[in-house]
Amino acid sequence: MNLRKYLKVYKKFLHTSLASELEYKTNILIDLITAILSLIGSIFLLSIFFQNNGYIGGWKFEQALIIQGIYTILNGITNTWFNPNLTEIVKHIREGTLDFVLLKPIDSQFFISLKKLNPSGFLEVMLGLFLLLFCVRINQINLNLSFLTLSLITISCSICILYSLWFFISTTTIWFVKTWNAIEVLRSFLYIGRFPLNSFSFSLRVFFSIFIPIAFITTIPSEVFLGFSQLWKILLEFIVATIFLITSRKFWLFALKFYSSASS
Amino acid sequence: MVQNIIDVRNLSKSFNISSKEPGLKGTIKHFFRRQTKSLKIIKDISFEIKEGEIVGFLGANGAGKTTILKMLCGLIYPSSGSILVSGYLPFRRKENFLKNITLIMGQKQQLIWDLPPIESFYLNASIYDLDKFEAKKRIKKLSEMLEIDEELFIPVRKLSLGQRMKSELLAALIHEPNILFLDEPTLGLDINAQRNLRKFLQKYNKETNATICLTSHYMKDITSLCKRVICIQEGAISYDGNLDLLLKKLSPVKEILIVCRSEDDAIKLENSGFTVKNKIKNEITIKIENSSITSSLKTILNNFDIEDLFINEPPIDEIIGKVLIKKDYDI
Repeated sequence: MNLRKYLKVYKKFLHTSLASELEYKTNILIDLITAILSLIGSIFLLSIFFQNNGYIGGWKFEQALIIQGIYTILNGITNTWFNPNLTEIVKHIREGTLDFVLLKPIDSQFFISLKKLNPSGFLEVMLGLFLLLFCVRINQINLNLSFLTLSLITISCSICILYSLWFFISTTTIWFVKTWNAIEVLRSFLYIGRFPLNSFSFSLRVFFSIFIPIAFITTIPSEVFLGFSQLWKILLEFIVATIFLITSRKFWLFALKFYSSASS
Repeated sequence: MVQNIIDVRNLSKSFNISSKEPGLKGTIKHFFRRQTKSLKIIKDISFEIKEGEIVGFLGANGAGKTTILKMLCGLIYPSSGSILVSGYLPFRRKENFLKNITLIMGQKQQLIWDLPPIESFYLNASIYDLDKFEAKKRIKKLSEMLEIDEELFIPVRKLSLGQRMKSELLAALIHEPNILFLDEPTLGLDINAQRNLRKFLQKYNKETNATICLTSHYMKDITSLCKRVICIQEGAISYDGNLDLLLKKLSPVKEILIVCRSEDDAIKLENSGFTVKNKIKNEITIKIENSSITSSLKTILNNFDIEDLFINEPPIDEIIGKVLIKKDYDI
C-alpha cells in the first residue's frame, strides 16, 4: 500500500467534505446546538439515576461521568466519520454507485469508510474531551504516561470495535439491500454504553460483552481512567478489536464477490 | 497487426432472481417463503475486440448488454467462461488494470453533488496518483476538447444535464484510460448535447487510439461512432460484425419516390419492369435492391422525363428494432 498516496487522497477527502458541509451553514449550526443539548440531556439523565442512590453498579456519579465523556467522544467520532460514510454504503449498493468506487485504483474499504466527514461531529469530540478533563480534576486522576498510553489504546480499540460492527452490518446490504433498521438497532445499543457495565444484570452483562460488545467500548477505557482496570480486560479488548477489524475486512472482500451491481 | 485488447470466451452469467405473485397473499408468501430461480442472463458468448476499435452493443432492454460491460470492467464475477481485458482478468481489479479503464454510465454520477466539478477532478487525480501540475494539464486539455470552461467552477447541482455529463466524462477520463466502457452515455441529453458528446468521443478515439465499448438506445450514437456492432438477444450474440453489412442484410431494398413530368411518363415507368409500391398521378414509388441502385437510377434518368427524385432510407431504428424485438430473426 502506497501510504503517501493514501495520505494525499485522505487530505482531498477532508477538503471536499469540509467544502461540501460548509455549503450549508445553517445545518452545521443546528448540528452544533443538537450536540450541546444532547450532552446536557445525557448528564441530566445520569444525575437522575444517581439522585436516590450515590452508587450504581459500584460507580459514583463523578466516575460515571467518565463513561459519559468517553461515550460523547465515541458518539462524536460516529457522527464525524461512521454516520456519513457507512450509511452511504447502503445507498451505494441500492443505487449501484458502488461501481465507481470499485473501479478506482484505491482500496474500496478505505474509500467508502473515509470519503465523507461531518465537521459538526468534531464539537461532540471536543465536548467529550472537556468532560473527561473535568472528570480528571474531580476524580483527582494522576495524568502520567502509562495512564495516557493505556487510555489511548483502549479508546482506539473501542473505535475499532464500533467501526467494525457498523461496517459489518452495512456490508450485509450486498445481500439484503436494505439494512437501515439494523443500523438503527446498533445505534440504540450504543446508548447502553453510557452506563457502567456493572449496573446491568448478569445476563445483560454477558449479552453486551459477548454478542454485542458495546460494554467493552466505554467501560474498559473508563476503568483505565479510574485506575482500577485489570490488564486482562485491556488485553481482551485489544484482541476483540483486532478480531473485529480483521473479520470486517475479510467479510467485505467476501461480500464483494456477491455484488451484482444495480441494474441500469 | 492490431492486437486484441479484449478477449471473451464462452462467457456465461446467471443471477438468482426472486419472483412474487400479485396481491396481499403473494406479498405474505414472498416474505416468508421467497422463491428464487437461477436465470442465465448471459449465454456462452465469445468475441474479441481490437485495440482502437469502437464497438456498439445492441440489444433490447434486459438483453444483457450492461451485464456484459460490467463483467468486462470487473464489477461482476462471471459464472463461467473467461475474459481477458488488456491482458488482465477484470474481476481481480488489479491497480494497473483499473488505471487502464473507465466506466461511464449515463444514469449514474460520481461527481460530488454540492461542489463544483473541478473538486471531483482533483480528487480523482489524487486517486490516480497524478501530481497537481499533470492534473491541471489534463483538465485543461479535456475541458477544451469537451468545450467546458466556466461550468467547472459551478456546483454540480446547478449544472444542466448536458453540462453534468460533460463533467462526468472529464472526471472519468482524467487518468487517460485506453479502454472506455460507456453505458448509455447520451441518456436524457438534448440533440445538441448528444452530438457534442459523439464528436468528443470520436476525437478522443482518434487522438488516443482508445478502445470504446458502447451501449446506447439512440441509434445515432451507434451509427456515427461504431463500425462494428454486437447484437445481443436474450443473452446470446445474434450478430457480430460490420454495421453497414447488417443494415444491408436487414434492409436489402430502398424505396425511391419519383416525380415524373407527366402522368404518361409515370405509366410508362410503371410498366417498365420495376417493382412498384404505389402510384398517385405523376408520382410513383418503386423498390430497388441496394446492389443495383446506381444502374437502375441511371436507366430511369436516361429513359424517362423526371422532375424530381427522393431516395427513402428506411429509418435505422426501425431496422435494428426488428432485430432486437423478434426472437428468431435470421441475420
